[in-house]
Amino acid sequence: MKPDLTLPKYLSLGYIAAVTGILVTVAVFIKLGWVVERAHITQNGYRGTAMDQIKRPEVERMLKLANALPDPIDKASPDGDKATAVYSNVQVLKDLSADQFNRVMLSITEWVAPEQGCAYCHNVENLADDSLYTKKVARKMLEMTRHINTDWKPHVAATGVTCYTCHRGNPVPANIWYTNPGPTRAAGFAATNDGLGHPNAINGSTSLQGDPLTPLLDSKAPIRVAATQALPGAYGAPIQTTEQTYSLMIHMSDSLGVNCTFCHNSRSFSNWSESTPQRVTAWHGIQMARELNMTYLDPLKGVFPANRLGVTGDAPKLDCATCHQGVNKPLLGVSMAKDYPELGGVPAP
Amino acid sequence: MAMLSFERKYRVRGGTLVGGDLFDFWVGPFYVGFFGVTTAIFTALGVALIVYGAAIGPTWNIWQINIAPPDIKYGLGFAPLKEGGLWQVITICAVGAFVSWALREVEICRKLGIGYHVPVAFSMAIFAYVTLVVFRPILMGAWGHGFPYGILSHLDWVSNTGYQYLHFHYNPAHMLAISFFFTTTFALALHGALVLSATNPGKGKEVKTPEHEDTFFRDAIGYSIGTLGIHRLGLFLALSAVFWSAVCIIISGPFWTRGWPEWWNWWLNLPVWR
Repeated sequence: MKPDLTLPKYLSLGYIAAVTGILVTVAVFIKLGWVVERAHITQNGYRGTAMDQIKRPEVERMLKLANALPDPIDKASPDGDKATAVYSNVQVLKDLSADQFNRVMLSITEWVAPEQGCAYCHNVENLADDSLYTKKVARKMLEMTRHINTDWKPHVAATGVTCYTCHRGNPVPANIWYTNPGPTRAAGFAATNDGLGHPNAINGSTSLQGDPLTPLLDSKAPIRVAATQALPGAYGAPIQTTEQTYSLMIHMSDSLGVNCTFCHNSRSFSNWSESTPQRVTAWHGIQMARELNMTYLDPLKGVFPANRLGVTGDAPKLDCATCHQGVNKPLLGVSMAKDYPELGGVPAP
Repeated sequence: MAMLSFERKYRVRGGTLVGGDLFDFWVGPFYVGFFGVTTAIFTALGVALIVYGAAIGPTWNIWQINIAPPDIKYGLGFAPLKEGGLWQVITICAVGAFVSWALREVEICRKLGIGYHVPVAFSMAIFAYVTLVVFRPILMGAWGHGFPYGILSHLDWVSNTGYQYLHFHYNPAHMLAISFFFTTTFALALHGALVLSATNPGKGKEVKTPEHEDTFFRDAIGYSIGTLGIHRLGLFLALSAVFWSAVCIIISGPFWTRGWPEWWNWWLNLPVWR
């Protein structure tokens, strides 16, 4: 008798296909993080262009809590003795009255070192002493804050920034970055993966370059990669450069809590006339971040102790997330700087 | 149109779902039926409205004609005709025409006493379309989330919708859909080539049989799915491609609002290597 070679029913193609289909569908849906509440959607372009921002209500609530403002500090009169007359070794806040100067010191303590207090930067025996590195860094940061508020209006507008915009009560802002050389690897031909394939928080968990910030936010290298003609003729940007730009853009999106269509109409990323007005602000933001990193933060390399430097010995640097922290307007657009003309903010009318 | 002598015997009465004998006739080669009539009405009205939309629009350039859905502020209500209302009526006409066509296919199947495989397969395409312009907009709370009707404008919509999730290639259902689309063309190419190779052995030589076809694949990869099996596989691959396309868009927005790359953090965080 011939053996029965028919397969049992549960092994037939149709059954296997159906069961696999059901299992995969269930697997896709049973996963934490799926939205249950309907998202808040804002239309950002002409109808039907799909230029929309999608916000989850629970994330919006979280951001509202995270961006609560610190208690205001009483205003100080610009009249009276100058700070330079009362204190010695005043190098940056020379134009302030002693009252204003004290107000800045008070604010800095509350915003940057609320637990550590004055002694975080100062030798309490002699406040004029420059022996602590934190004091030298703070001086540079005060200069930087005033520079942003006065010279970077195209990006910060009249909203301005204060120490709190980045620090939020932390001596070291939560969002800083160092050059990331990637994992160690063999030399020679094996070393040519261009930093790809190492998902992290900066590149938004993609396989794009793990460190787009060193080449693009700490230099003057061009970011533009879009072709300028429809058909190939001359060689454009190589794919590695394109992915580097993409990686930077994902960092910007994540930092601001927006998607690509906040600034771009993706049918032509490079075309300014089809982009939203926000792209202009963002462009100035890139220029600002580059200038601040190169002029203010990189030079602090020699001031910081070794434990504050990156693996390649570089100084901590800023990126979009340093100020923005998940919202397109830092602190949800509330201007603290207008109450702090001492920091170069535009005074409240 | 001329009819072959044996064709007439397949033109039998009955099998209609609606309308009884009323529309049970042929016009030339085409079976009409109740759903043939509704298909024609929905199509005529829909196309006329598209032409009207083009007429009140800025261009007659066939590539640039654009019938856009309403602004999101109209939610799930009706919008003024010239501000997306046209899109809403055209959508109703399109769904009506597509569903009518599928039901007309059902009636033809019933007349012939064959299975419903063709209308079922076509329904998957309708399902994908309805997912895009009805189910997803309803889940997201506004008709404005449907795609615009226009050759280039709908591509721009696809592009921007993808970039709303930063990198759409990381969407797991999109990955499946793309894989199925590639596989279905691959399988079709192999099947077509195999059949042609057996039926075109060369001038003066005898046409070969399915046994030759089976043997080719047994020799090549150790297994032949067979003459009927290849069509089951083909249908499965094609329907899966469309099904996962529908899934990949319905989960984008209603169920996932962040970048798709981030979704894979569960994989990056598996305790094996985190």
